[in-house]
Amino acid sequence: MDRLDRLEAQSVYIFREAFNRIDKMALLWSLGKDSNVMVWLAKKAFLGHIPFPVMHVDTGKKFPEMYEFRDRYAEEWGLDFIREECPPIEDIDGEGLGPAARSAARKTAGLRMATQKHGFNGLVAGIRRDEQSMRAKERVFSPRGLEGNWDFRDQPPEFWDQYKTDYPEGTHIRIHPLLHWTELDIWEYTKREEIPLISLYFSKNGKRYRSLGDQDITNPVDSDASTVEEIIQELRTTKVSERSGRAMDHETEDAFERLREGGYL
Amino acid sequence: MTKDMPMPKDAKIQAEADRNRELLRTVIVGHVDHGKSTLVGRLFHDTGSLPDGKMEAITEMCRKRGMPFEWAFLMDAMQAERDQGITIDTSQIWFHTEKRDYTIIDAPGHTEFLKNMVTGAAQADAALLVIDAGEGVQEQSRRHGYLLSLMGVRQVAVAVNKMDRVDYSQARFDEIEAEYRQYLNSVGVDATFVVPVSAREGDMIAMRTDGDEKANMGWYKGPTVVEAFDSFKMPEPLSHQALRMPVQDVYKFDDRRIIAGRIESGKLRVGDRVMFSPLNKSSRIKSIETWPDSRENPTAASAGESVGITLEEQIFVERGQIMSQVDNPPVETDVFRARIFWLGREPLSVKKAYKIKIGTLQANAKIESVERIVDTGDLSNREAEQVERNQVGEVIIRCKRMIALDEFTENPNTGRFVIVDGYDIAGGGIISMEGYPDQRSLSTVKSTNIYKVTTNVDRAARERRNHHKGGVLWFTGLSGAGKSTIAVALEKALFERGYSTYVLDGDNVRYGLNANLGFSPEDRAENIRRVGEVASLFSDAGVIVLSSFISPYRSDRQRARDSVGEGFHEIYVATPLEVCEERDPKGLYKKARSGEIKDFTGVSAPYEEPAEADFTLRTAERSVEECVEELLGYVGHKFDL
Repeated sequence: MDRLDRLEAQSVYIFREAFNRIDKMALLWSLGKDSNVMVWLAKKAFLGHIPFPVMHVDTGKKFPEMYEFRDRYAEEWGLDFIREECPPIEDIDGEGLGPAARSAARKTAGLRMATQKHGFNGLVAGIRRDEQSMRAKERVFSPRGLEGNWDFRDQPPEFWDQYKTDYPEGTHIRIHPLLHWTELDIWEYTKREEIPLISLYFSKNGKRYRSLGDQDITNPVDSDASTVEEIIQELRTTKVSERSGRAMDHETEDAFERLREGGYL
Repeated sequence: MTKDMPMPKDAKIQAEADRNRELLRTVIVGHVDHGKSTLVGRLFHDTGSLPDGKMEAITEMCRKRGMPFEWAFLMDAMQAERDQGITIDTSQIWFHTEKRDYTIIDAPGHTEFLKNMVTGAAQADAALLVIDAGEGVQEQSRRHGYLLSLMGVRQVAVAVNKMDRVDYSQARFDEIEAEYRQYLNSVGVDATFVVPVSAREGDMIAMRTDGDEKANMGWYKGPTVVEAFDSFKMPEPLSHQALRMPVQDVYKFDDRRIIAGRIESGKLRVGDRVMFSPLNKSSRIKSIETWPDSRENPTAASAGESVGITLEEQIFVERGQIMSQVDNPPVETDVFRARIFWLGREPLSVKKAYKIKIGTLQANAKIESVERIVDTGDLSNREAEQVERNQVGEVIIRCKRMIALDEFTENPNTGRFVIVDGYDIAGGGIISMEGYPDQRSLSTVKSTNIYKVTTNVDRAARERRNHHKGGVLWFTGLSGAGKSTIAVALEKALFERGYSTYVLDGDNVRYGLNANLGFSPEDRAENIRRVGEVASLFSDAGVIVLSSFISPYRSDRQRARDSVGEGFHEIYVATPLEVCEERDPKGLYKKARSGEIKDFTGVSAPYEEPAEADFTLRTAERSVEECVEELLGYVGHKFDL
């Protein structure tokens, strides 16, 4: 088994544990490279079927290419697809938050509403430890409070692939099957498995998106990489961090920490 | 570069090589303030693994707080940590050397944060232990070494940090190395290297300083920290061991019935006959299923792979069973011994009900006894009623049902477990079967083609002729408790009153029926199994059997009860060990104490007291006659028609 085989086997194990132990779960599909890998891994884990809904919590502010991609592959991959909307920005308490962080807070609110509406006990999310130092502290099975909040100061122990699968009524568990992957692993796997991608990741006029969010708070990076191979080459040498194009991470020193504590992905 | 431009050949070869770069997961542990985070920061900087802007960001954070540049901020991402200057939770970051990639798991050193240290260490293939040259080996340093061993991390290197604070003294370094190596050896860990470093100054992290003009540690000829990392071996999947695949789930999404699981050890091939424990049903593997369907299904798989298989025969399979080859199955038992660490808010207690998880198996369990608490500082033992938070101890665990497992030394993946208290994982441990038998052979019928014969004289007819029911009075208790004495006296009294009786005695059957058995846990269990079956036959013949056997294991007595049915009466001859030892009618305790007899119940082998005996005799407070009198009343009540 090489490095990608090992990563895949571990993610499949996590998916199968979640499906067996959690009553009602959904996979959060943000349409980006990571969540596409996640959908792919779920199909591997369940031998071509995904036995739970795949949900897009829509801000309405994504790039047109993202919506096209969503509609095409929800069909092609045979997903049990759910679309939910975020509440209007005016409804979000923006105190102490910059405009981008407030946008993110809106997404968190949308997620919380969708979770309550469907009564999900488990949400599968495609975050990775190497993206951001707060995410590095995460657990594979991460409990959330009644309001969807994350108590990072008192996380459950997690060892020997034994996960927290018992939870009180009203709370839910976030499941992170890609937590141990790196950005480069995602690209290597996308290449090996020939997983489809949104075209915005590839260079146009010297710019490409390295990470995809809402149109108004996501910026492209300088790059000439226009194929998966070229992106892999670029990532091997770059020292620019993946989320540098995400405005919300940088408004204050602890912006992301506060977002995540409140339930942001 | 444009799309049409082919990649240069060298780059292509490089890309191939890079894709298969090894990733080794390492954990860094040490006493709080011994400088772990600083060492990690320096390691990243000196190997060129820091992302752009990170140095500037850290400089800015320090400036805002009016403090000198602090490497530790690289790992301490959370604001709470930055403000308190401690690491709250495990964190992971990646760095690389020329040889390979590394994940660094930073585990906090505070005592109350043991759970995070365990969480970190469990994911690691190797560990770096950090010790402050000034403060030397602390209680925490020993504890961490002990826990690494318990968590199964066997590759360990040590960094003696802050050498600059002790003037790079070789004598001080030698002293710490000798002391710590000795401790680590005593818990089964052989440190690969002990490296003197100064994380703050960058000495011996990635760069040697013995060659330059400063020559701080010219006396040290061993590897740097980076070289010590590169000397660790990659973990090997357990492909060469016996097959173990805990069943994770059974899927019926379409016309296939797929058994899903991860192969923890060994290999499997299409066509292999496999068995599922503990029910012990077997079948052949029909296929190994994969997706996408466009790819051909494999015909073999080995340790580390998550697979989905189909079977030739439709036998009952469920989550928690272990799939193995037929001739090399796991242990089957409902009781085991374990070395555990406890993280729960409430102490681990014999009074509470818990859930244990071994692999995908989940079972209700109780702590039968706390054998000892281990002081990880000096490795001494002491007795206790319960295991407190952050303690390490040895316990006996009894499950509500039969389960399949392995000893940790045989197979680490199926030989470790966690304990769930309420909603939370509150502890973990490794399994030993020392003193307990594998119960597989006791519950398995080996012969095939056997058919039960029904006779014309039934049990009821026999009982009418005898004027009493058949059954078994099963005397259990320590050697010297008075089982045989009372059984013999009771038989005489019953016989005189017209009952059909027979005494089965431990020493007697060992001359005949069980002459081929010794006193190992397995043989003891088999001894009791045979006696239970014989007692069952006598009982069926309408006789009252008085059996007198130590029968120390609860599960063996339960099996005898199951075999006999409702006529089984467990009589606990409850004589304290001190009294038995004082009586010592056969001089056996003396021999056991001197070591002449091994595995002696009560001294060097366990006796499990009956949880719910049908009748208890306190022989220390009563004469033989009084005991017989009490039992005559009991027999009349239970056996007379």
